[in-house]
Amino acid sequence: MGIERGKVRWQCRRSLLELDLVLARFLETEFDRLDDDQLADFADLLRCDDHDLWAMVSGARECGTGRWQEVVARLRQC
Amino acid sequence: MNVAKRTFDAVIVGAGGAGLRAALQLSEAGLKTAVLSKVFPTRSHTVAAQGGVAASLGNSTEDHWHWHMYDTVKGSDWLGDQDSIEFMVRKANEVVVELEHYGMPFDRTDNGKIYQRPFGGHSMHYGKAPVMRSCAAADRTGHAMLHALYQRNVRANTQFFVEWMALDLLRDADGNVLGVTALELETGEVSIFHARATVFATGGAGRIFYSSTNAFTNTGDGLGMAARAGIPLEDLEFWQFHPTGVAGAGVLITEGVRGEGGILRNADGERFMERYAPNLKDLASRDVVSRSMVTEINEGRGCGPDKDHVMLDITHLSPDIIMKRLPGIREISIRFASVDPINAPIPVVPTAHYQMGGIPTNYKGQVVAPKSGNPNTPVPGFYAAGECACASVHGANRLGTNSLLDLLVFGKSAGESVIEDFKAGNLALHPLPADAADRTLARLARLESQKDGNAVSDVRLAMQRTMQKHAGVFRFKDLLKEGVARILEVAESARSTYINDKSKVWNTARQEALELDNQIEVAKAAMISAEARKESRGAHVRDDAPDTPEHPNGRDDQNWLKHTLWFSADNHLEYKPVNLKPLSSDAEPIALAKRTY
Repeated sequence: MGIERGKVRWQCRRSLLELDLVLARFLETEFDRLDDDQLADFADLLRCDDHDLWAMVSGARECGTGRWQEVVARLRQC
Repeated sequence: MNVAKRTFDAVIVGAGGAGLRAALQLSEAGLKTAVLSKVFPTRSHTVAAQGGVAASLGNSTEDHWHWHMYDTVKGSDWLGDQDSIEFMVRKANEVVVELEHYGMPFDRTDNGKIYQRPFGGHSMHYGKAPVMRSCAAADRTGHAMLHALYQRNVRANTQFFVEWMALDLLRDADGNVLGVTALELETGEVSIFHARATVFATGGAGRIFYSSTNAFTNTGDGLGMAARAGIPLEDLEFWQFHPTGVAGAGVLITEGVRGEGGILRNADGERFMERYAPNLKDLASRDVVSRSMVTEINEGRGCGPDKDHVMLDITHLSPDIIMKRLPGIREISIRFASVDPINAPIPVVPTAHYQMGGIPTNYKGQVVAPKSGNPNTPVPGFYAAGECACASVHGANRLGTNSLLDLLVFGKSAGESVIEDFKAGNLALHPLPADAADRTLARLARLESQKDGNAVSDVRLAMQRTMQKHAGVFRFKDLLKEGVARILEVAESARSTYINDKSKVWNTARQEALELDNQIEVAKAAMISAEARKESRGAHVRDDAPDTPEHPNGRDDQNWLKHTLWFSADNHLEYKPVNLKPLSSDAEPIALAKRTY
């Protein structure tokens, strides 16, 4: 069974405003273009703690997980 | 319509620090406890709290709860209730040590005690010198706290309903609170959570302002639900603003940037703080800086095409210093203002940060409302804690690190009160009226059947612009008056919001429409309460209530030393006295005085 896009969209609600803003842009510009594999990677990435996620998105820390790197790179552009 | 029903001893709405602390108390006492949360608990906004939690442990410097009490009363500009404040500061050590035992990784002193650091507004010997009172876990105190509490709740078998949104508070004809209706986002189905006790811990509503540091999830759901159910909202004219949020985004630029030499400039490039605070200049206190910025904007010296912000300039600092000491700020500026602060100044604006008012409670976390001549009559079965509640410990302004303390102390206290009331036989499971879910179902049916109308995002933006312009950090008589009329128009337009997507499952458009209903309640309360309060006090500063010998700082204790209560049904206001008497004879009342630092 595929991942529910609406659920992933809702899970872009985070505890930090910085992430909310970046993810809102991502939802507007990138989200609908994710294929199923990319969506799965993105959903997986969203399981991270918010401070860790922000560190990756802001570039303060490298993303060490190979399959997240593409979506993290796209988030960094948002 | 048939609505599924679940029954619990206690239902808690919100899984931030206050909700989790209350839940832990209840679950460990063996009560069947449900916690509803829109987002996964460790994604609650408590995570964003960095500063620490105040407690007079005295590990790093000499300290006493008397001094913490004095600082908190003074910080509140004497609007805080001294019984609640005494209760909070005396409970501080206990709740911090408990957290330590739950595994919270506090910073340590060399001898292994919890390390404490200084924080603005906290002092020893009644304002004589700074004190080290803030217990922190690096710059992730809220995050560490929430994880410790969540894990402890899992151990205690708290039942979590994650990605559920509470929609309405249920009451019977006698005013007893019976639980809530809630929407499961995954299915779109509504259920009734029927409970002996209902605890609201839904956080603040800072997103009613255009510029806010709050995460998107902070939509004041608990306040909206309480207001619709006839509970007044207290002191909602008081909002703490941070002077430097990125214009248009709200993300905080820390005070440390000005500490490193950052300069605020207007459209003429002038360092305007030299005029307002000749000595401290850009390092003046938050409220002074914020009001100076707004004055510049209001007098036409704002920057940008709409002249609606000022600039924070660090271009005179060497790139090395910026890269080394302020890398996070540079990243935020590039990302959210499209400006590299090495080359160009950052657009900033005073930004709503914290809500001092909320659902009225006593120090036990029981929700109180006027009844039979007593303004503080407990509402049976209803409790609240954290930013959504008003105990009132922050009064007209909050001290840093007292918010995490508030949610720990009053989250626990609300839990203890439920247990006490339960054991005393005062918490019956009152029967649900046949029409219990009707209000909720009508709201959903209206959204379902609305064929056209106003876009949720348009109404939300109109509300946010109105609040920012008419009830921002610096307030003006005429703007407030216009603001009341304007926010009532916006509220009217919110009655016909329209969503394209009518699907049931994971319908974020519907969530946002339902959240907007709650935000509108808070916005009305804030604007109407602010217009009515004709003095300046704490964070509520009016141009027409200036600093005079008769009214220092514009404060008018003779007429306005009282709490505001706003009622949603007809937008009327009532007032109730501030409690100037401490809880016990161990503390002397903190006598009224001018608030100066």
